[in-house]
Amino acid sequence: MKSEDIWAMLEDVTDPEVPVLTVVDLGVVRDVIHVNDNHWKIIITPTYTGCPAMQVIEEDIKSRLEKDKLTAEVELVLSPAWTTDWLSENGRKKLEEYGITPPQDEGDKSVLFGEKPVIPCPLCKSKDTRLVSQFGSTACKALYQCNDCQEPFDYFKCLK
Amino acid sequence: MTKQEALFEFLLRKADDSLILGHRLSEWCGHGPILEEDIALTNISLDLIGQATELYKYAAEVEGKGRTEDDLAFLRIEREYKNVLLVEQLNGDFGKTIVRQFFFDHFEHLLYEGLMNSTDERISAIATKTIKEIKYHLRHSSEWVIRLGDGTEESHNRVQASVTDLSRFINELFFQDEVDEILINEGIIPDVKTFRVAFENNMNKILEEATLSLPEEKWQLSGGRKGVHSEHLGYLLAELQYMQRTYPGMEW
Repeated sequence: MKSEDIWAMLEDVTDPEVPVLTVVDLGVVRDVIHVNDNHWKIIITPTYTGCPAMQVIEEDIKSRLEKDKLTAEVELVLSPAWTTDWLSENGRKKLEEYGITPPQDEGDKSVLFGEKPVIPCPLCKSKDTRLVSQFGSTACKALYQCNDCQEPFDYFKCLK
Repeated sequence: MTKQEALFEFLLRKADDSLILGHRLSEWCGHGPILEEDIALTNISLDLIGQATELYKYAAEVEGKGRTEDDLAFLRIEREYKNVLLVEQLNGDFGKTIVRQFFFDHFEHLLYEGLMNSTDERISAIATKTIKEIKYHLRHSSEWVIRLGDGTEESHNRVQASVTDLSRFINELFFQDEVDEILINEGIIPDVKTFRVAFENNMNKILEEATLSLPEEKWQLSGGRKGVHSEHLGYLLAELQYMQRTYPGMEW
């Protein structure tokens, strides 16, 4: 068993809150280390410190490896801190098809009166949208509405 | 006081700030003025409790007495909590919750920016993670301060009353003692005195936009860092600790 095989297995583990993404697409899996025999160590990092999905992800990774008669220990590391830049190209594409706008370059969030980023509508692709709430259904999303097609949509917040 | 004791105390103070405020915000769950704000406040609550977990974990390791992060969160008595008085104050109306958050976020933003450069790698890692979340909180509370302050006569008056009332707790955010002295010398934490002016300037810029102002001078309260709290904390802890006290060692 090589580490590429383990990475391939992890492609089956999806994010419980955004099930269209795998933990590999998300960039949550940082490393895969062979410990001994059938035992592997998987290093993961949280998207947000309080993200309740992390425990589920840990359990899901363990049960996925068990299917191939392997055991896993999962270690959670905070550094380097997760950034939306780690979201794979494939992941971004899947998000958009799912109806969630992937992260756009937003500039510095602490700048209150700075320019507002353009967040396109994932459905009609219009750039005329408005922010409804900075905090959406999960920690990693914000709520927007399209001014053209009127559809409300989730935006996967940029975190850098 | 040894460096280890000072580090433990500092971590406890900051973890308690986050846990107690996180718990207060969670009281809004199902009671927000609008659905979006119900979700926003509980999202912020979740971030804060997540931050507290990381800080308690590290505190427990530094202490080295076999306690876990849950022991620290759930099994200490009131006098052993070291959070500032600001965070335990009652939610009041939505405006008061926002003002409390506004003062806290502005302080945390500058503090955690400093902690990112900590010589302690673990603290620097926690801060680098946390600062990204704080920036969102800061923007949220600042935007609401402007919207409420520069809103209707009713919202302006209410939020101004909260600014005046809660300004009594601002000084304590900058509390310093031997703990800070030791850790500043080690380069583990920044000296909060160095950003007091920036803190006030940042806040005043937004308060001005919101047509609000801090009172000229206000009697300042403190005690939280030494474990001397307002009456509100005991009631909060009774709810927070109920399950662990009633069913010791229970797990989900």
